[in-house]
Amino acid sequence: MHDVAAHAAHHAPPTSFIRKYVFSLDHKVIGKQYYALALVAALVGMVLSWIMRIHLGWTNAAIPGLQLLSKNGAPGGVLTPEYYLQLMTMHGTIMVFFVLTTAPFAAFGNFFLPIQVGAEDMPFPRFNMMSFWVTFAGFVVLMAAFFVGDGPSLGGWTQYAPLNAVGPVAGPGQGMGVVLWMASIALFCVGQLLGSLNFIPTTLDLRAKGMSLMRLPLTAWAWFITSCMGLTAFAVLMPACILVILDHVAGTSFFVPSNLVINDQLQPHSGGSTLLWQHLFWFFGHPEVYIAIVPGIGIVSHILITNMRKPMLSQRVIIYSMGALAVLSYMVYGHHMFVSGMNPVSSLAFSFPTLVITIPATIIVLIQVFSLYGSKLRINSASLFALGFISMFVSGGVSGFFLAQPSIDIMLHATYFVVGHFHMVMGVAAMFGIFAATYFWAPKMFGRMMNETLGRIHFWLSFVGAYCIFMPFHYLGMAGNIRRYSSFPDDFLQPLIPVHRWITVAALITGAAQLIFVYNLIHSRFWGKPAPDNPWEATSLEWSTPTPPPWDNFAGKLPVVYHDPYQYGVQSSVGDYVMQASPEQVKTEHDEK
Amino acid sequence: MAKFVAVTIIVIAVLSAIPILLHTWAAPEDISTHGHLIDEQTSETMAEAGISFLAAQFLLAIFIWMFSNRGPDAKIKNFPGGAKVLVIAALLLVGAEVLALGVFGVKAWADVYLVAPSANAIPVQVQAGQFAFYFRYPGPDGTFGPAHPELINEGSQNFFGLDPEHDTDSRDDIVTAEMAIPVNKEIHLLMHSKDVGHSFFVRELRVQQDFVPGLDVSLHFTATKVGKYEIVCTQLCGLGHYNMKAYLSVMSQQDFDDWLKKEQAMQ
Repeated sequence: MHDVAAHAAHHAPPTSFIRKYVFSLDHKVIGKQYYALALVAALVGMVLSWIMRIHLGWTNAAIPGLQLLSKNGAPGGVLTPEYYLQLMTMHGTIMVFFVLTTAPFAAFGNFFLPIQVGAEDMPFPRFNMMSFWVTFAGFVVLMAAFFVGDGPSLGGWTQYAPLNAVGPVAGPGQGMGVVLWMASIALFCVGQLLGSLNFIPTTLDLRAKGMSLMRLPLTAWAWFITSCMGLTAFAVLMPACILVILDHVAGTSFFVPSNLVINDQLQPHSGGSTLLWQHLFWFFGHPEVYIAIVPGIGIVSHILITNMRKPMLSQRVIIYSMGALAVLSYMVYGHHMFVSGMNPVSSLAFSFPTLVITIPATIIVLIQVFSLYGSKLRINSASLFALGFISMFVSGGVSGFFLAQPSIDIMLHATYFVVGHFHMVMGVAAMFGIFAATYFWAPKMFGRMMNETLGRIHFWLSFVGAYCIFMPFHYLGMAGNIRRYSSFPDDFLQPLIPVHRWITVAALITGAAQLIFVYNLIHSRFWGKPAPDNPWEATSLEWSTPTPPPWDNFAGKLPVVYHDPYQYGVQSSVGDYVMQASPEQVKTEHDEK
Repeated sequence: MAKFVAVTIIVIAVLSAIPILLHTWAAPEDISTHGHLIDEQTSETMAEAGISFLAAQFLLAIFIWMFSNRGPDAKIKNFPGGAKVLVIAALLLVGAEVLALGVFGVKAWADVYLVAPSANAIPVQVQAGQFAFYFRYPGPDGTFGPAHPELINEGSQNFFGLDPEHDTDSRDDIVTAEMAIPVNKEIHLLMHSKDVGHSFFVRELRVQQDFVPGLDVSLHFTATKVGKYEIVCTQLCGLGHYNMKAYLSVMSQQDFDDWLKKEQAMQ
């Protein structure tokens, strides 16, 4: 903020349709574009999960119309084992990258970070525009795999070597499908690196007068910490993807060792390491879990504070804990590899920080839960999803205790226990963060209020539904149910099929409930009640701007910040809060020095 | 709505705990010498994770019940003790839990992975390939013949690429599609993948280990109960992954010797 060299790019208001809505430099339009991409991706991912779930419950069931997607993959609408794996790979990839990363971080971060720090835009708007369009290109490339040769890769979202690098001989989709997957993710990484390069200086250098670091809202801190993680994590995954492409097209052997025999053919590779891929992938992969969830922690805290009408018990402790999660996230990645064949001593070395990372996570949850004590909690769709986030984060988090220990992992590795764990802690919890953020910020983003009754119905069905789906995953895992099986011919898995049928029914109903949200979002966008500037009586800078905010956010007059971000429970001329940009002096008990 | 949600959270938390308390879906009985350590570690973790889960969900529900939609005159107050008490509690309680689990867990892991197999452990080689396991016993000479990848040919059933014509050590090797081991004898499992990543998982044995293409890894265990168990692949290996399995027969020493002789005669 005091740095004269750094300033937001002053671009003129756009005039043409293309510059306004397509190749826009405006961080708010880019945020909305990311949101639209995440919404489309989430719907595709959800439909894929429906198809998978139907197949897992009733293996020979024909799904009408599925043969149109792939004649060979689903003859007569019945999924083949390989096409099941191909859809599963697409589901995981779409959800982790194009939903859980883009929505909480890129979409909401783009729209609100510059406004919350009091800037007109990000410092590099062209990079920002490029960030979205490169990510969009990544999505198109990924989707293209449905329409080439023998379809998408079947290697799962983790794309383990050497299955990912030996080419079509390893199975359908392992040729062009893998190359497209790698190209898509490399593009995605470029997009997120460009995004991170914008988020960091926006937070550090573009803060308005009076906006000290400790006066930043928790959301701004969460996006800042996430962008620092993104900068290092994506920078490792991108070259790893390029190396796999080289193994395919340039005859290299980065991830393929000598003497592999596939289909009785000796493979023309030598000298590569399969574990190298796992190290590179998980060095990205574990921070990625926190890239998906830390924005959620910030968003949920921000929304709860507004609705509790009091600040968290400690703003600083939450910030430091989020920072600790980020730092530790790089030291724990080996817990994905306990039984991978790496040196068993390193398993113990990776186990300890994995157990330790539960401490900052516990602190965050305790602060959030105990801050509810003595509050005047307002119940609305946004706060309900924020509360649901905490519940899910706890439920998914405690199963992490098991998976952090190498000895227990011997039994639970690659089972549905893991699937239940990560779906709850980074999937559903992060989705609840996205829903909370949507109900909370849609009025500012689109200028219309969303329907509250539909929001509450959506919450209750999603909350109960998510537990009905993902708790049984844990039980299946404890019984030894292996993941990534397209059906369960093993003797010991047969008795578990009724549980899978229960999950399938729950998933279909819960998925259908998401259509209520889509309807609510679209309907309110056009026909909702016009939103006032500050419908939630909130304090941070995004609520000081007109609704929707003008192209330069503050109509030419940058705000001056006078207060900590969350001055609730005070007496001011407007009510029980004072906005950050208001010069009004109020007696406060909460200033954290 | 607030109270309804609070009740929903409590009902979900209690219902989630019931199948765990009743052991509705649990791992099968352990048949290994090391498995009890894993099971004890799991039970201990379940107790700690279960208490944390129930406590957090109940507190969340109770606070939602008590503090939502209070009238405009209600006074805001803070949890007595504030953040400091919570941070200290988290550090002490979770820290102690982490240390306890970490320290005690080392033994279970070390018994499997950090202790070398005894010299008289019975060597069995397992080779994983899309989408089957094959097993090899060294025969009377106690030595495995060398494998030649270029000779691997499923059509002629040379699964390991053996060359008995030139390699004397290969001549008495016994190759099988099913794994048999004697009860109460330590087994030294030598794991080799011929193509992509696979895994060797026997729930009853409390054993799971990935095959690493290009790197042979080994494992040792002792089975304590006669019976037939499924060996399944847990590492995604391609379209037939779900169907990749073999059987492990744990036999008395006499039955094992007879089985080995029978298999040798069939080579």
